[in-house]
Amino acid sequence: MISEITLIRTLLSILGITVVVGVNAIFVVWFERKVAGHMQYRLGPTEVGPAGLLQTVADGLKLVSKQIIFPQSADKPIFILAPIICLVPVFIALVPVPFSATWQAHELDVGLLLVIALGLLNTLGILLAGWGCDNKYALLGASRAVAQILAYKIPLLLCILPIILLSGSFSLREIVLVQEQSTWFALYQPVGFLIYLIAITLETNRSPFDFAEAESELVAGFHTEYSGMMFSLFFLAEYTYMLVASAIAAILFLGGWLGPFLPGPVWMLLKIYFFLFLMMWFRWTFPRVRVDQMLSFGWKILLPISLLNFLITAGVMAAL
Amino acid sequence: MIKSYVRDIITGLGSLLTGMKVTIKVMFTKGNTVEWPRQTAQLPEKFRGHIMLVPNESTGFAKCIACGSCVRACPSNCITVKGAKPEGAKKKSPTLFALDFTKCSLCGLCVESCPVDAITFSRDYALVDYSSKPFSAMNLLDDVASPFSGGSE
Repeated sequence: MISEITLIRTLLSILGITVVVGVNAIFVVWFERKVAGHMQYRLGPTEVGPAGLLQTVADGLKLVSKQIIFPQSADKPIFILAPIICLVPVFIALVPVPFSATWQAHELDVGLLLVIALGLLNTLGILLAGWGCDNKYALLGASRAVAQILAYKIPLLLCILPIILLSGSFSLREIVLVQEQSTWFALYQPVGFLIYLIAITLETNRSPFDFAEAESELVAGFHTEYSGMMFSLFFLAEYTYMLVASAIAAILFLGGWLGPFLPGPVWMLLKIYFFLFLMMWFRWTFPRVRVDQMLSFGWKILLPISLLNFLITAGVMAAL
Repeated sequence: MIKSYVRDIITGLGSLLTGMKVTIKVMFTKGNTVEWPRQTAQLPEKFRGHIMLVPNESTGFAKCIACGSCVRACPSNCITVKGAKPEGAKKKSPTLFALDFTKCSLCGLCVESCPVDAITFSRDYALVDYSSKPFSAMNLLDDVASPFSGGSE
């Protein structure tokens, strides 16, 4: 039997997550355009709403009203399924993320594993998109995304492992509570922190690693053939993946909701948007690297260093 | 080999930080954007807009005496002037001063040739319309008071 309180909690969580996803996308797109503008001696959006805040809403309305075009040779079921597969997992990935000691949709013992596993589904969505629309540029973009996954996922997991050794738990809430006793794990794991930052820019397909959609080479990569609302679903998914990756970074390395004076959720959001700003900063500073450079970087530098970092942490912990 | 591997990573990280320093500095400097309809750029002192008539400081009427020097000086024939004597005045005043700005090359010969310094360059540069009509016969008398408007218009 489901109790009434569980039911209300579930409904509130669904509502909360939906609102967070929507508002985050609207805000982050605006924020990114502002950051991009100011980093290039421009102003960014200023016209729609105060300081251009409603620009994303206007763009969203425009996208909704546009026609969705299906290419003649597209595999229609896969074509339709791809953006949905991209977007849906991020809603679930937000479930175990705690925004404070009590603000959490559902406490899971293996929350971290769930988020990592759902993060992989993004690549599946991209692969389907590239395959389903029967376009050479889309297919090239999708195959790059798949080639990329091994280069970043193993180092990513290898720099999460020391955190799990330190905290002794896969639960995101537990990991923060352990940091309350000691201190931020970024201080114990500076190298792991750095590698995690690089790996999440790779995971979220952000510049300088945005091969899957490389505008200057592949038109728009995997979403070349998508228009209207289906395109905006990909967009929404990308920005929500950034949110999830930043939230996990804040929890693993910067102590989640912990902080003086301000209430927990405020600290959590501040840390999340710090990471989002960092990713924007990367994007508007570094030019896109070549695919082979990214692969050799992933295999020759990220992997050995994160492995070494993990072994040293394990050795030190065993010695203590 | 290990040595160069480590050195590469450290110099690479350093170069990344250098790039990020540049962008964050730019982010907090003031840009050069002039928000056009609300702000206007600072015009240079000798900016040449279309010509305009200089009003007499005391009366507000145009200084122009309708002598026709500018019409003769104009290489593109884009100025048309007609004049008459207002009642009781010693000198003529223009009844028509039309400029075909579509032909004007802003050479300034009319400004130079005017014996009473009645013509100058305006600072008006926001001349936009859907057709060339408003600029093919600009009535420059609109901007100055007319000595003829007292009795009958």
